Amino acid sequence: MANVHPKVDAVIVGLGWCGSLMAEELTRAGLTVVAIERGPWVETAVDFPPSVDMDELRWDTRRAMLLPPAIETITFRNDPTQKALPARDWHFNEWGYNVGGSGTHWAGMAWRFLPFDFQPYSMTVERYGAAQFVDGLIVQDWGVTYDDLEPFYDRFEKIAGVSGKAGNLKGEKIPGGNIFEGARSDEYPLPPLKTTRLTDLFCEASASLGYHPFMVPAGQTSAAYTNPLGVRMGPCTYCGYCMYYGCGNWSKSTPNNCVVPVLMQRKNFSVLTESTVLRANLAPDGKTATGVTYVDKDNKTWEQPADIVVFSAFQMQNVRLMLLSKIGKPYDHATGEGVVGRAYSFQTVSGANIFFENEYLNQFIGAGALSAQIDDFNGDNFDHTGMDFIGGAGILVVSRGARPIGNADFLPPGTPRWGSEWKKAYTHSFQNGTFIFGQGTSFAHKDAYLDLDPEYKDIHGLPLLRLTYDYNENDRRSAKLIEDKSVEIGKKMGAKLVVATNATNQHASPYQLASDHTNGGAVMGLDPKTSALNRFQQSWDVHNVFVLGASSFPNNAGYNPTGTVGALTLWTAKAIIETYLDKRGPLVAN
Amino acid sequence: MTLRSRALLATAALSLCLPLGLVASAETEPAPVQTKDVDTPQVVEAPKTAPDPAIERGRYIAVAADCVACHSNPKSGKPFSGGYALETPFGTLLSSNITSDPETGIGRWTEAEFTRALREGLGKDGQHLYPAMPYTSYTKMSDQDVHDLWLYMKTVPPVRNAVVTNQLPFPFNIRALLMGWNLLFFEQKRFQPRADKSAAWNRGAYLSDALAHCGACHTPKNILGGDKSSEAYQGEVLQSWYAPDITPSKTGGIGDWSKDDIVQYLKIGSNRMAVASGPMAEAVTNSTQHLTDADLAAIADYLQTLPPGPATEAPRTAVTGAVMAQGKRVFDAQCKACHASDGTGIRHITPSFPGNTAIQSNEVAGIVRTVLAGGRGAITAENPTGAAMPSFAWNLSDQQIAAALTYIRNSWSNRAPPVTAEAVASTRKTLNLNAVGRAPHPAP
Repeated sequence: MANVHPKVDAVIVGLGWCGSLMAEELTRAGLTVVAIERGPWVETAVDFPPSVDMDELRWDTRRAMLLPPAIETITFRNDPTQKALPARDWHFNEWGYNVGGSGTHWAGMAWRFLPFDFQPYSMTVERYGAAQFVDGLIVQDWGVTYDDLEPFYDRFEKIAGVSGKAGNLKGEKIPGGNIFEGARSDEYPLPPLKTTRLTDLFCEASASLGYHPFMVPAGQTSAAYTNPLGVRMGPCTYCGYCMYYGCGNWSKSTPNNCVVPVLMQRKNFSVLTESTVLRANLAPDGKTATGVTYVDKDNKTWEQPADIVVFSAFQMQNVRLMLLSKIGKPYDHATGEGVVGRAYSFQTVSGANIFFENEYLNQFIGAGALSAQIDDFNGDNFDHTGMDFIGGAGILVVSRGARPIGNADFLPPGTPRWGSEWKKAYTHSFQNGTFIFGQGTSFAHKDAYLDLDPEYKDIHGLPLLRLTYDYNENDRRSAKLIEDKSVEIGKKMGAKLVVATNATNQHASPYQLASDHTNGGAVMGLDPKTSALNRFQQSWDVHNVFVLGASSFPNNAGYNPTGTVGALTLWTAKAIIETYLDKRGPLVAN
Repeated sequence: MTLRSRALLATAALSLCLPLGLVASAETEPAPVQTKDVDTPQVVEAPKTAPDPAIERGRYIAVAADCVACHSNPKSGKPFSGGYALETPFGTLLSSNITSDPETGIGRWTEAEFTRALREGLGKDGQHLYPAMPYTSYTKMSDQDVHDLWLYMKTVPPVRNAVVTNQLPFPFNIRALLMGWNLLFFEQKRFQPRADKSAAWNRGAYLSDALAHCGACHTPKNILGGDKSSEAYQGEVLQSWYAPDITPSKTGGIGDWSKDDIVQYLKIGSNRMAVASGPMAEAVTNSTQHLTDADLAAIADYLQTLPPGPATEAPRTAVTGAVMAQGKRVFDAQCKACHASDGTGIRHITPSFPGNTAIQSNEVAGIVRTVLAGGRGAITAENPTGAAMPSFAWNLSDQQIAAALTYIRNSWSNRAPPVTAEAVASTRKTLNLNAVGRAPHPAP
């Protein structure tokens, strides 16, 4: 018999960006909220002060903040004929494991998606016709448009303290910003970060090629800032310890810095840490959830009853929770029916490694999102007529802060990896070597999906999530274009050596870190036959279950996901507060 | 259950008495960028059933007197249930349970006994209370306030928690000794308003002297722990924190603070130069942030008319040489990220050093403690950030800390005697902190 807590208005599973933003909205509306977080309590002041934060071996090399695969991982295979094996390293599955979730260790690239990214089906058909889709590709509209989300992007950027420059303010195109972005209602709350030698070189070269470079919107504060919740943030020092690290001086946009301190002052909010939710429990009729079951750090099982259940774990964990809770119909690859596990997408990555001769890139200076980019070949910003594919990529350089350990292998091909030649080459490459990164769109395919592994289990004895995935023909075609463009820009920047890179030249693998942006599997949409959630991220089948995160994305854009994840959460929070609390039923008829 | 975990402890682990904080003066810095649509901050709710205005007034008196700071249980977090350890120079005292529990609290007390405890320092059976309970201040409370406070305390839900308050060693555990102490240092006297001062000034004096008992920390003590009344509010070291001079002294005190600076400090826990930390952070979090703006302005009025403390004799020339060079290296590597290259810090997160009188005080215990053990800023409704200074005990030697502090005390316009490695070593020992090379917490 499980131990049962008193019932609350809402239980939130996972306290990262989604969980904390949702908790902030619901508690401000007066609801009693309990968040259940699998990892430990961490906070900026205690766990990441500048005196302990900058430890590459601990945080980056050993990924000390991520969920260890020994606790839970995924199994992986490229196609349904193979036997999936457990991934014993991170990469696809860089899951947060602390209060703040992956929002604690993210790099901070705080994008809005393009209007096209939310309506890829209707916009493609309208412009090129349905023949533009390669066989088996799953392309569908989200049911929410850029314009729907604009106010929520704005709110997220203000809570997070994003630094950037508008390129489209209320329809007016502004040089220096991203002129391809959807219309913004307001400027970014903070001006862009300072540029570096690398971003300057990139901007000059790409502009001279006729492209439109801009500084990437950054979740690093370019100045001292007070967010709408009253939290103070300090100016970024460009120390370069962002991705995989905390941030010691309140400069990175994280749930820990921006939201959690406010939650902790609210009497109607509690967080249970080091507690793993196993499933949501359903009422006998299967139409509502009664709460969740979780295991605490002493391996004791508890029930937390609640009127609303919010899954706000990492994307793959959300899908797994849906499957373990038997919410929604699982995807069947053979028949193509079912929605949970269907429409998985990743990120299509190609680009170029570039090596200068006599540069001083000073790569010890940086910030997780200190980057310059062009969007001329992203989304549907260019004419795809005659190109046999859809999508593209943001092409960027990152002054992220070069890692003394991690970069030791970043050398021109053919360089010895030990001895005095290596030392000499590394000294040179540290100032001269970097890369152009094509962060591409990714569209789902009927052969790429998530389900429960029939054999491998986690430490609680529950089946691991199995990912069946490989790049599809659309990915390979778009990646080739981006590779060529990256090489072109690299040469224009004056690099002595330009080496093309393209992740789609090989099979996808959990041992090749192309990206950790993994999406879909419990997607939102307009049709219950092709989506697990309606346009408010509400389960079509169990109306008091809401699922937040990149698991809702039917396709990935050529960007990082967090800004959209945040905006979608705030969009859903508004629907819950303004409509669901009265209605207590499906927000969209099915 | 790990409800709220460490953050709850941070707000509920309440420490001794009152005020102290890092004080500084500074040049004006550009206002931080702020979005236009700042939400209304959360306000601490009054109990939902408080129809009786006398009880509501009593609740406000309890907040102003910060009873909850000492009388709460740091383990359970239950307010007023006692058990909080007060470290005094004479040994440890535990605060008593003052909930309405009849067995372990004050549920069987009469109003007369309650009044006597506040005003005369005597317990239910007439035994002497130790003056860690600031009856030396509360004796000044008005009849009305004592009565209203009593009405409110009766509404505090009972919590069963038996506390043996007296943990002192012999001979200090003999309560009868306090008869003599009281004869020497305690005068039973209600607050006497001054006719030559404004109503606001008198209100400020009453709040500071009687209710908020600011002097409990900020007034220098003699060897027996009695107030040096002639030096009121001129600063004192308690529990290795320095409760600084809060008189209008320009060199040692807060003479450079405007009235608004004082009000803002007490309301949100920081101002353009200083951030409350240590026990003062707790005083702001639990007490002063909840006072009305009029009451805070009254306190500021009063503090600004106190007789200034003695001017600090500053060295005419700044320290130079190898120590300063070492101090700069440590400052650049360890401090600058938050305190800024020019030492002016980040407003409402870290204090500003140039012209900071507390940083330049001859009394270095507070700043040494802050570098060694760290300290958290006040958490308030208007500034929930909870920024904190990390501990550097694990990665800086006594000499490095001494050099960094000497550098900070002698850079920009600052002039102050050097901090010695011996002073750091002594505080390190008092605080029982690990030597250099020991990680502050285990790697996960």
